[in-house]
Amino acid sequence: MATHRSSRWSQRRLAPWLFLAPGALLFLLYVIIPIGQSVWISFYDWDGLGAATWIGLRNYADLLDDDSFYTSLRNNVWWLVLYLLAIPAGLAIALFLNQTVTGIRLYKSLFFFPFVISQVVVGLIFSWFYAPDFGLLPRILGFLTGTETAILADERYATFGIIAAGLWPQIAYCMILYLTGLNNINPEQVEAARMDNARGFAMLWHIVLPQLRPATFIALVVTVIGALRSFDLVSIMTAGGPYGSTRVLSYFMYEQSLSEYGTAMGYGAAIAVVLFAIMLVFISLFITRMLMQERNA
Amino acid sequence: MFPRPIQKSPPWLQLSYKALLPVALVIWLLPLIGIAVTSVRPSSDLAAGNYFGWPSRFAGVENYASVFQNSNIGWYILNSFKVTIPTVIGAVGLSCLTGFALAVYKFRLNLAVFFMFVAGNFVPFQILAIPVRELTLRLGLYDTITGLVLFHAAFQTGFCTLFMRNFIKALPFALIESARVEGVSEWKIFRHIVLPLMRPAIAALSVLIFTFVWNDYFWATIMAQSADVRPVTAGMNELKGQWKVAWELITAASIVAALPPVAMFFLMQKHFIAGLTLGATKG
Amino acid sequence: MNILKGLTGLGFAMALSAGTALAGELVINSDQSDPAPKKAMEELIAGFEAANPGIKVKWNNFDHEGYKAAIRNFLTADPPDVAAWYAGNRMAPFVKAGLFEPVDDVWAANGFNDQLKSAATSMTIDGKKWGVPYTYYQWGIYYNKEAYKKAGAEAPKTWAEFVSNCEKFKAAGIDCLTTGTKALWPAAGIFDYLNLRVNGYDFHMDLANGKIPWTDDRVRAVFAEWAKIQPYTTANHAAIDWQDAAALLSQGKAANYVMGNFAVATFRDGGMTNDTLGFMVFPEITPGVPRAEDAPTDTFHIPSGAKNKEDARKFLAYLGSPDAQTRMNATLGQLPTNNTSSVGDDPFLRQGFEMLSTAYALAQFFDRDAPADMAKAGMEGFQEFMVKPENLDKILARLEKTRQKVHAQ
Repeated sequence: MATHRSSRWSQRRLAPWLFLAPGALLFLLYVIIPIGQSVWISFYDWDGLGAATWIGLRNYADLLDDDSFYTSLRNNVWWLVLYLLAIPAGLAIALFLNQTVTGIRLYKSLFFFPFVISQVVVGLIFSWFYAPDFGLLPRILGFLTGTETAILADERYATFGIIAAGLWPQIAYCMILYLTGLNNINPEQVEAARMDNARGFAMLWHIVLPQLRPATFIALVVTVIGALRSFDLVSIMTAGGPYGSTRVLSYFMYEQSLSEYGTAMGYGAAIAVVLFAIMLVFISLFITRMLMQERNA
Repeated sequence: MFPRPIQKSPPWLQLSYKALLPVALVIWLLPLIGIAVTSVRPSSDLAAGNYFGWPSRFAGVENYASVFQNSNIGWYILNSFKVTIPTVIGAVGLSCLTGFALAVYKFRLNLAVFFMFVAGNFVPFQILAIPVRELTLRLGLYDTITGLVLFHAAFQTGFCTLFMRNFIKALPFALIESARVEGVSEWKIFRHIVLPLMRPAIAALSVLIFTFVWNDYFWATIMAQSADVRPVTAGMNELKGQWKVAWELITAASIVAALPPVAMFFLMQKHFIAGLTLGATKG
Repeated sequence: MNILKGLTGLGFAMALSAGTALAGELVINSDQSDPAPKKAMEELIAGFEAANPGIKVKWNNFDHEGYKAAIRNFLTADPPDVAAWYAGNRMAPFVKAGLFEPVDDVWAANGFNDQLKSAATSMTIDGKKWGVPYTYYQWGIYYNKEAYKKAGAEAPKTWAEFVSNCEKFKAAGIDCLTTGTKALWPAAGIFDYLNLRVNGYDFHMDLANGKIPWTDDRVRAVFAEWAKIQPYTTANHAAIDWQDAAALLSQGKAANYVMGNFAVATFRDGGMTNDTLGFMVFPEITPGVPRAEDAPTDTFHIPSGAKNKEDARKFLAYLGSPDAQTRMNATLGQLPTNNTSSVGDDPFLRQGFEMLSTAYALAQFFDRDAPADMAKAGMEGFQEFMVKPENLDKILARLEKTRQKVHAQ
């Protein structure tokens, strides 16, 4: 009996590790360890072929002296700030669609479905939309202002053109989060507030939004991550051009280390480390919040 | 319900709402409608500058046929399936195990391991790119389907674990307790009690991971070179380079490439949205 | 399951390649994915096998773009016996990393030192030859004869005439010079020619190799000439690809195009004929500077990790031979590097052959002559200059910074 109980007990001690092992080992190998390796590589001068030379912090010093780095950083800030517009925009569409008329389910699906399309295709769609001479947008702008602008070839507008393309699926994503959230708000509270004559914006601000906080939080997380991951659209729509003005850190890293003209592994790793550090701020916020929830649960 | 149900509004408002819906939808999907129309235009329309008018005739059949005849897109789509399906099986399968471990057992490192998965799920791909490529090269799996699958399955295990663990946590723990009292082994508890209850989670994750991996472009670019490995996202970029101004072909190919995840979404909509909005309602 | 499958697959592949390598198999990796190069390569292999019974070629054909990344990996992980690549600085990283084998013996044994003389400098690093060239093509100015007629302009003999023609084209509503710099590299063609004509070949190569600061006055002189034609260049060049610009030339909306000979097929697709399409050598700018041209050269090399180097040498010897090059380039529609080969009777090829064989020296093109990171920064700078010439000081300062960084290492 005693041995039986202790074998049950040790089975229960051992079991989680056996269940964890395959997934956790693979995850360590492909995700956690490579983060450390990238940090390590960032201290080397290495072209991926020959021997690597330890150069300490020189890659980082070079970064601080590289205009492209600042261009990328500035664009990343634009991405981050403008991408956040997806949250109120998604909320607005969700409010617009949160009705029960015939066919509304189909409308909701159709509004959502840009999110399902790959960013490569979204990039191609918007490249076509922006194309000089025959794109829809230059035509509309030409009609309104008299001059057609090649959005993606003009350093003043190119980054914003790409961000607009990225916002399209991102708004759809935020919309679906809010639609789900709206589905679950407490109708009694809303009715009670209505009795108190709360309506319109006041109602939204004081009664509805607080109940949508979980949806807002997830929308914030996915939008920030999406903004910092912006690689696909830049690569497809401009490849960083015109003359490097639409670079973001993720694309800059690719250019420096993995593209036709770049084999500077150490330098690229240093860029990736900077991007990672920025992301880490947001990851920490997210984890802290989850941790608080776990403690309360 | 918020906003106030439109049925309680005066009839004119109800009518204008119903009229506004399709207008808003057309504006929202304008770029997409544009490429759909372009993809059935004869190339002569484009040459003649008829970009926006009604297509002079329906050339959808010949455009789509020529996309398949003049490019490897059929292969690329096949490659995408070959990468995506094993990844879905791998990541979802592994995370059933890890999610179970983290949801059911109390041990000291539980939260630490859990947050390793969560945090890893959010890192930028670029911090992984160089070491993962080196690792894949050393395994002799560079430019192979297997190399891509291994990475994707490993990476997606992070998100899947987060999802599965929270899902299992929400199941009634009493089920497991009573099985333990009856002396059922831990594996059998997982296999016969918990796993059958996880079907909705498995369905939701499968659709989501399918879409995520199908739409991946970065890893497809840096880990696949040859035509018999390259997934359709990277293939599209190549076709864009090849066809340049033949927009009727590029748009047709775009639609072909987007079709599988879109079909998946419309077929499995409920699961898809359930997966995507996990956590949007509580906590 | 997948790991297992992959590993067994790998083991099987290794057993297979090891087994057949002994039986006189020659593994060739190359990037002839387009129809004409693919056909030329198939003919070359068939010819080689016929001339060398007992050697079987196993040819791995890669996609043209993907190859540039693939070669870096297979040279270290799984080297073939022969690999395609490019001449000039483009092969330097592989030579410096010890991944290519010197093949001076092949050159000496087959008389290539004479027959392939024009390409000798671009195949040489540290005094050794690292591969065998088999084809190249010329760059120069392609022009629309009807646009010239319409604007009342004569084909220019000098740079001054070229520049003064631009006013006439402008009056006729025609772009004097067109190009599409969306992919950056077409801008480098213009820079190469201006620099080759203003400062000459030796200066150009020194600049590409980082021996001269970008802030040098002689570099500024190049941009001063460029500024003369910048206002007459297709305005939205940064938004379009080279094919779009080719269409502008075909349609007579543009008069001149600094391009490589591969564009002739595109011009013809656009409706141009030998009567309406013209080719001219880029005119002289600084009098007395010996005339050099851009002629990118494609090559084959033996990786130092090759298993069957003996047969690989036979392949390179065959590749350099006059007959093989004549036949291959007839299919490619390009020029043989062997000066005893014969050239097809296409008028543009003939003009190109004439021009190249009388040139003082041949450059490979900016993105092959300069190290990769310098090339990228340079091409972005050229594009920016073509959009915003007023940024010149900023651009040159940035390029100089890149040069110092690239060559500090």
